[in-house]
Amino acid sequence: MTNAVAADSAIAAEPKRNSLTMGKRRLSDEILKLLIYLSVFFSVLLAAGILCCVISKGISSVSWEFLTTVTSTLKGTVGIAGNIVNTLYIIVLTLLIATPIGVGSAIYLNEYARPGRLVGLIEFTTETLSGIPSIIFGLFGMVFFGNTLGLGYSILTGTLTLTLMILPLITRNTQEALKTVPDSYRCGALGMGVTRWYMIRTILLPSAMPGIITGIILAIGRIVGESAALLFTAGSGYLLPKAGMGLISKIMESGGTLTIQLYLSMSKANYEAAFGIAAVLLIIVLGINLLTKYAAGKLDVNKNG
Amino acid sequence: MENQKTITIMGSSQNKSAVEKAAQSVFTVCAFMAVMAVASITIYMIINGTPALFKVGVGELLLGTEWAPGAAQPSYGIFYIILTSVIGTALAVLLGVPIGVLTAVFLAELAPGRVAAVIQPAVELLAGIPSVIYGLLGVMILNPLMYRLELRLFHGSATHQFTGGANLISAVIVLAVMILPTVINISTSAIRAVPEHLRAASEALGASRIQTIFRVVLPAAGSGIITAVVLGVGRAVGEAMAISLVSGSSVNFPLPFHSVRFLTTAIVSEMGYAADTHRQVLFTIGLVLFTFIMLINISLTRILKKGEKEND
Repeated sequence: MTNAVAADSAIAAEPKRNSLTMGKRRLSDEILKLLIYLSVFFSVLLAAGILCCVISKGISSVSWEFLTTVTSTLKGTVGIAGNIVNTLYIIVLTLLIATPIGVGSAIYLNEYARPGRLVGLIEFTTETLSGIPSIIFGLFGMVFFGNTLGLGYSILTGTLTLTLMILPLITRNTQEALKTVPDSYRCGALGMGVTRWYMIRTILLPSAMPGIITGIILAIGRIVGESAALLFTAGSGYLLPKAGMGLISKIMESGGTLTIQLYLSMSKANYEAAFGIAAVLLIIVLGINLLTKYAAGKLDVNKNG
Repeated sequence: MENQKTITIMGSSQNKSAVEKAAQSVFTVCAFMAVMAVASITIYMIINGTPALFKVGVGELLLGTEWAPGAAQPSYGIFYIILTSVIGTALAVLLGVPIGVLTAVFLAELAPGRVAAVIQPAVELLAGIPSVIYGLLGVMILNPLMYRLELRLFHGSATHQFTGGANLISAVIVLAVMILPTVINISTSAIRAVPEHLRAASEALGASRIQTIFRVVLPAAGSGIITAVVLGVGRAVGEAMAISLVSGSSVNFPLPFHSVRFLTTAIVSEMGYAADTHRQVLFTIGLVLFTFIMLINISLTRILKKGEKEND
């Protein structure tokens, strides 16, 4: 609390000079201020506590062997290599499907559509889609992709389910990025006689690229952390794909991501492995946060010419 | 475009306009993907969620209090499950929103730049942590603490069923922590968007900084803060994995030290093995959850529209 008090007096010093209260202290002000500092202290302590707790408890079980082998009672190994590969599969496949659709949707909303009922409907559904909890996506994915389309518990089912889930994220970030592209770019290009698609392809998309990339990074974060939508769609397989054609047929096999494995280890009360996976996940999340900052720093079109 | 032979400002070659038309229709299809997704999710939830309502009976299913799907005479009352979700969410919001809004006040109004630069990443970290990790920490840290509290409070009680710490309070605390980043982020931007002249006017009238914040700035940021609360409610209602092991797993009336089951955790814990009517009832639970979420979404759109009108 000493830091907070120091900050308090630093802040209080400024309005004292030019305020009519002339630094007279009110009891209610002091109480509210104390509550504010307690809340901030709690929030920061929480983040720091979680970070330290997970890393300190989990780092001991993270080793080269833990990261590169598959859990096997026969060989006596405990490892998450299969889950890492599954996570990568799902990230890459989901982005391959969701990015073009999300970017296309943003282009339509920003460049083609005229404001009206239709755009209202599309924006409302995009908003709704981002508010639907992942467990509902999981149920829908299980019934629609799993049963109706007959894909069963497979990486593909999980991928298609997550595609719906991250679509709004990519659409919205692309839209924001397109909005920051100055209108003069559009007028300049169209005035030179190029067609709209040519203008989008050569002027707008490159200018909006940092925003699109931010969306993709955020989507990766969401996929890495997702569990409820994957439990009943991608299943919980933890084996490595076989070489050759196995790499492709893996798509049709069940594959649990890191979070699913963490959940399963936790429900089997295998906390050592659970904290190991948690530490790996947390390091990935930290990396993704840093990457987002870096990409967001490049977002300003005007700054970068 | 590379093989364009003549330079023209008309751009009227047929080939070009075909590409143009194709591009536009592809984008239109992309944009309708979201509409199709929401429509098919709605339809599928209704198709799968309603059969059990007719089979078991609407009243018995929604208002029944006994949940025994495995019994010889199975009964599927989900009233306590619904009640747990409602009460648990309300408590989590009551706990999380004040902390979140006050933190947002600090970030937007009081924090010197350098301090804010330390707190902002901490909030981003909280937002990015996967929900299973919150669950893991809840099980490993919160539950033992709760168990100790429980042992002390109910020492010698003959009627209390000991839960080992997996109870409603643990789940509420985990949910409150999980909605914190949502509330902080949205409230911070709402407070930052309050025009500077309102603050200046208030301080010119002699109000202190804190009076200005609580009497002028927060009311002016009202619709933004309500948005934050509604999104927090949505996140808390829909959270599954974090609380599935923290809240215990028996269906009980939601009292603080009872082991409880939420709408989401009921689906997670039984979908793996449920069959026939039991499975259909789980889909009905999903439908109830979906209905809640849709109501929240619709009220959110209303609030946002109202906020836009006020700003105009």
